[in-house]
Amino acid sequence: MENSLDPAPSLLEVRGISKSFGAVRALQEVDFTLRAGEIHALLGENGAGKSTLIKVITGVFPRDAGVVRLGGEEVAPRSAKAALQAGIATVYQEVNLLPNLSVAQNLFLDRQPMRFGIVREGEMRRRAKALLTEFGLDIDVAAPLGNYSVAIQHVTAIARAVDLSARVLILDEPTASLDRHEVEILFGIMRQLAKRGIGIVFVSHFLDQVYEISDRITVLRNGRLVGEREIASLPRLELIRMMLGRELAETTSARAAVGEHKAREICASFESYGKAGYVAPFNLELRHGEVVGLAGLLGSGRTETARLVFGAERADGGHARVEGAAVRLQSPRDGVRHGFGYCPEERKTDGIVAELTVRENIVLALQAKRGLHRPLSRREQDEIARRYVKMLDIRPPDAERPVGLLSGGNQQKVLLARWLATSPRLLVLDEPTRGIDVGAHAEIIRLIRELCDDGLALLVISSELDEIVTYSDRVVVLRDRTHVEELSGEAIDVTNILAAIAADGAAMQEARA
Amino acid sequence: MTALLPRRGLAQILALVVILAVDRVVSPQFFDLRLQDGRLFGSLIDVLNRGTPVALLSLGMVLVIATRGIDLSVGAVMAICGAIAASLADSHGLPVVLAAALGAGLVCGLWNGFLVAVLGMQPIVATLILMVAGRGIAQLITEGRIVTFSSPDLVWLGNGAILGVPVPIAIALGMLILTGAVVRGSALGLLIEATGGNARASELAGVATRGMILAVYVWCGVCAALAGVIAAADIMGADANNAGLWLELDAILAVVIGGTSLFGGRFSLVLAVLGALIIQTMNTGILLSGYPPEFNLLVKAVVVLAVLLLQSPKLSDFAGIMARLRRTKP
Repeated sequence: MENSLDPAPSLLEVRGISKSFGAVRALQEVDFTLRAGEIHALLGENGAGKSTLIKVITGVFPRDAGVVRLGGEEVAPRSAKAALQAGIATVYQEVNLLPNLSVAQNLFLDRQPMRFGIVREGEMRRRAKALLTEFGLDIDVAAPLGNYSVAIQHVTAIARAVDLSARVLILDEPTASLDRHEVEILFGIMRQLAKRGIGIVFVSHFLDQVYEISDRITVLRNGRLVGEREIASLPRLELIRMMLGRELAETTSARAAVGEHKAREICASFESYGKAGYVAPFNLELRHGEVVGLAGLLGSGRTETARLVFGAERADGGHARVEGAAVRLQSPRDGVRHGFGYCPEERKTDGIVAELTVRENIVLALQAKRGLHRPLSRREQDEIARRYVKMLDIRPPDAERPVGLLSGGNQQKVLLARWLATSPRLLVLDEPTRGIDVGAHAEIIRLIRELCDDGLALLVISSELDEIVTYSDRVVVLRDRTHVEELSGEAIDVTNILAAIAADGAAMQEARA
Repeated sequence: MTALLPRRGLAQILALVVILAVDRVVSPQFFDLRLQDGRLFGSLIDVLNRGTPVALLSLGMVLVIATRGIDLSVGAVMAICGAIAASLADSHGLPVVLAAALGAGLVCGLWNGFLVAVLGMQPIVATLILMVAGRGIAQLITEGRIVTFSSPDLVWLGNGAILGVPVPIAIALGMLILTGAVVRGSALGLLIEATGGNARASELAGVATRGMILAVYVWCGVCAALAGVIAAADIMGADANNAGLWLELDAILAVVIGGTSLFGGRFSLVLAVLGALIIQTMNTGILLSGYPPEFNLLVKAVVVLAVLLLQSPKLSDFAGIMARLRRTKP
């Protein structure tokens, strides 16, 4: 270890952690070092492995390989509780406390001051009061926790964790539901705790906040460590490149010649389409035989745009047209009726019906589109399933297997098959290659190109910029829930996209404050 | 699951066979059948006949549970519809009586479906409302009395026979076939299973999940109404306090014994009805054995536990581990 070089001793050392879920390698030999008294941001897009890393460190998931050392001693907690006892506390975005119990009860849950087997309420409240005063909170500790704001619940969770002699405090997206003022309070507390020598891991996708509070950052991408940097010497563009880009050199696009798309017919168009507090109104044209990529950081409004386009979310302004005719997209059913298809990012919760077979999952959207009274016969279902299992090379090629038993890549193919079976005119794919092993990854990208060549219109979201560059004819860049830039033709390259994403971050920061 | 149950339904059939065998032991005449006045008699017929209300309830309940819901109000709906049928029986013809009773069941189902599908209430709470209020409504209809009737048409519904088969059994069988034809003959079955398996995903795939949920509660209400009419016809009267009392629990039990998970998804109509028969076979067996009926509840609990253990994935995991250990031993 290069401890001698570090200004502060390493508190938490993670070395060579690997973790796979089935065929998907969620973490590959990841290192992570946390010093005492520092605030260390852990960054990466969805699926980069941040949560998995935290869960492996805290023993929620068993690890496949690697070591975790706390204060020089190896630790291997088997559960979050064991990790807490060892001195590693985690506060999740959704506070894991009991809103119906009082603040004091939450703080001293499991370790209430007792006398003769009876909880000493008064003593507990007194100590709770004293504890929270340290954190600058003066509230009625006898009131139910649920009565207080999310910020106070967070502080309570942190206070509880710290009081349980935590040396390492992991905060997973703590600021996601806080307003600016509450964020300030939380940051104050974080700084104060860091001064006391506690090492804090800060997971967030708000880059402004990361720059404001962190000493160092570690970036993960696709389950691998990209790098560890001092925040002071890291330009924002460089950071975004670490999070999104791969090698910038090899990314020229394999697209049709510039200008050709002008001739293509418009499949669907959206004019001043948007929803307050969701996505700012945008204009978007989707043409047959064309792939439009949506690029931007997590939370920039990519998925929100996709959901509006498909009809999963209702717009509160603007017009939508399909093949030139005005349409109303009020529900997914409307989208399906107009020939749209949507493969959501969260395959497990929003995509597959795990218990049903591959065949049933494939025919689901087509059957829903045809209506109840026109059931697909078993023979037709078998035929459709067989065709797409073959065409997309779904493995194992067993249409009667529950889809939940398939790997992520094959589940994704089943979802693609579900929509292809409806003969759509527009497919919206949200992170189609997320959590998919390398082989299937290339196949999905090839499929996207093929579908496009068949005249389909595609709207594809991806955090992998070089991937977007490879297949997109146009790229829409989003920042802060606004469409900020549209690139087409030769202008599509990773550098330009990065520049659009990162543009005037400083100005943004000012605007927010 | 596959380790212990190579085929779906084996556990239930096994359970039924074992219970029938036990019944044969405690009552040697259990399988005897005789024809009298154009109607079959015997313990077996008795099981089917008495099992009819729960079998009908389980037909509706299984669909509701498949959507990840539950309907606690079916017992109360039975009471309402039985009361309506009994009140109208002596003044109106059978078609009117049936239409009124089944119509009431349909309205009850719509109410439940509205609360769950449109207002998004939790099914257990939403249907609890009608479970409580329904019995009150039934008592209002009967004005707190036990309403008796003598209309031969309605009595026939409970005590008559078609080709020797008691009418209630024929009705239950008919409803099983009708429900099966509607559900599996259309796309309803697949869409219900998809809705119950993953409502969010199904909604995004374009499935009208609200419509599905509404439909199953309506059907559940209609099935409960039919069960209520038959129960009233059987005793030639309507007792708002006791008609269908606690039968919602038997219906849920029947569905669960039939292998449909309370978490929704895959369901089987036939196995749910088989579950109802298992429950009734036990009840009848205990009555015949001469044990006090109090034992009924305990024995029921033990049998249910046994069937559920057979279906438990944890248990088959465990069995799988044990088998592997045994294999690895030299």
